[in-house]
Amino acid sequence: MTDIYRVACAAGFSGDRTDVARPLVDELLRQGGPSCLIFESLAERTLALAQLERHQNAQMGYEPLLSEMLEPVLADCINGGIPIVGNFGAANPEGAAKLIASIAKQKGLPNIRIAIVKGDDVSAAAFRSKLEALLSPEDQAILAKSTLVSANVYLGAQEIANALIAGAQVVVTGRVADPALTVGPLMAHFKKDWSDWDFLGAATMAGHLLECGAQVTGGYFADPGIKDVPGLAQVGFPIVEFDAQGNICVTKPPSTGGLVNRMTVTEQLLYELHDPAKYLTPDVIADITKAHITDLGGDRVSLTGVLGHPKPDTLKANVCIDGGWLAEAEISYAGFNAYARAQLAANIIRERLSDLDLRIDFIGASSIFSGDTGEGPQFKSKEGFEDIRLRVAAAHGDRNQALRVCREITALYTCGPAGGGGVRTSLKPRLNTLACFIPRELVKASYEFFEG
Amino acid sequence: MNKSISLYKLAHARTGDKGNRSNISVIAHHPEDFSLLQKELTEEKVKAHFGFRNPSAVKRYELPNLMAFNFVIDDVLDGGVNLSLNLDSHGKSLSYWLLAMEINIDCK
Repeated sequence: MTDIYRVACAAGFSGDRTDVARPLVDELLRQGGPSCLIFESLAERTLALAQLERHQNAQMGYEPLLSEMLEPVLADCINGGIPIVGNFGAANPEGAAKLIASIAKQKGLPNIRIAIVKGDDVSAAAFRSKLEALLSPEDQAILAKSTLVSANVYLGAQEIANALIAGAQVVVTGRVADPALTVGPLMAHFKKDWSDWDFLGAATMAGHLLECGAQVTGGYFADPGIKDVPGLAQVGFPIVEFDAQGNICVTKPPSTGGLVNRMTVTEQLLYELHDPAKYLTPDVIADITKAHITDLGGDRVSLTGVLGHPKPDTLKANVCIDGGWLAEAEISYAGFNAYARAQLAANIIRERLSDLDLRIDFIGASSIFSGDTGEGPQFKSKEGFEDIRLRVAAAHGDRNQALRVCREITALYTCGPAGGGGVRTSLKPRLNTLACFIPRELVKASYEFFEG
Repeated sequence: MNKSISLYKLAHARTGDKGNRSNISVIAHHPEDFSLLQKELTEEKVKAHFGFRNPSAVKRYELPNLMAFNFVIDDVLDGGVNLSLNLDSHGKSLSYWLLAMEINIDCK
């Protein structure tokens, strides 16, 4: 490959490891050539949680680990000409930009150029009626009974690319499509036309491979004896090498653990994908039905043959609403006849809380694989000596009703079967998300430079 | 003579989720097993395998270049990450439930 651009990804979600950017930046500097560093830290619910945080404190609402993410590498990226792009702005990109500017100042870089991408937040009162009209009738009814927490459109890559072309050294976004963090820098570098669908398709799948961080480099892959991964405790994060023809090579810093092979790349390529011919993003509809994966050895895997089709007319929006309260409580029964004692405890809870929709798990005998109705595969220990953790969960719009789950499990200490112990309870607010599709022309994306 | 083995012996898999929809990739370890899986791993069988969670639909996509299938299973997550009361609210471990499926093989 000639004219290679490298994109390294140092976070796959909010709360990911913060010591992984260092080896990535060292490798980008060692390789030389044009490159960028991205941080993907927004899941479906993360942004709504950030909104809740901002409601509490107007200064907050951006990625909580932003300092830890950027401090180790900011100076080397700026001095080495490696732009940083992240959706770590979450619900407050301005707040994130302000923090980044202050970190830069401490590092002796008082004049770095930080761009903020805007336009994803569509929760404004003026837009509410338009937004509601775009929801399905069922979702309209759900929203009518709830409180809107946030509404954000998945923006595409154009504003990121424009900001980089205008000289941004750091680009802060809120909600953008995850692959846009990669597509933006690639479009800024290769200066392709925004209707070069095959190039955009390839760039999008490169971004898709990167966006979950270590999930393409051996994280979330290991199955001892079947799929072994070396050095998983120090798993390296991914780097994609991309050329002007849209050829992709996935790799990782050689000093790190983990692995990149055909299997890790195939699993990640299909991760959270539906129709492989139609991976919808704001910039392109990507198509991997003709794609080939080739293991080049040495933790290098190539992906070729990705196609692209013209972008959709609408943009996806996530509407997050208040979802009431989730109560969870657990108690353990161990030793002889433990499963029967746990079942007795469960029956007491069912009788006491017959008006609530409960989920009951016997962990160690039946959990995870069964549905919320409790139907499904089960096994029972043969020895009669068991270790069962009873878990009860329920959700309710009224905090006090949900709280009854916690109280009743706690009461099992003295009012339930013999030998129960280790009660843990939790009561958390729930968020529910609704999706809708907004005509592009109703969304106004832009970027501006942060003025300190 | 026929016998059956678990899918786990033939393939690896990963689950993803969007809302109340799960997608599970199934990737053959060996290219020669792809056609066997194509025959055995039907939408109907996968739907029945997850029957206790009442999926409303199962769609299979084939990616022969990648020796892979992508199963998209609707309404299988008890409402999804925001609403499910399951400890694994994303349904991340469902790939290993699919890998527990028995596959009939011809023994000649």
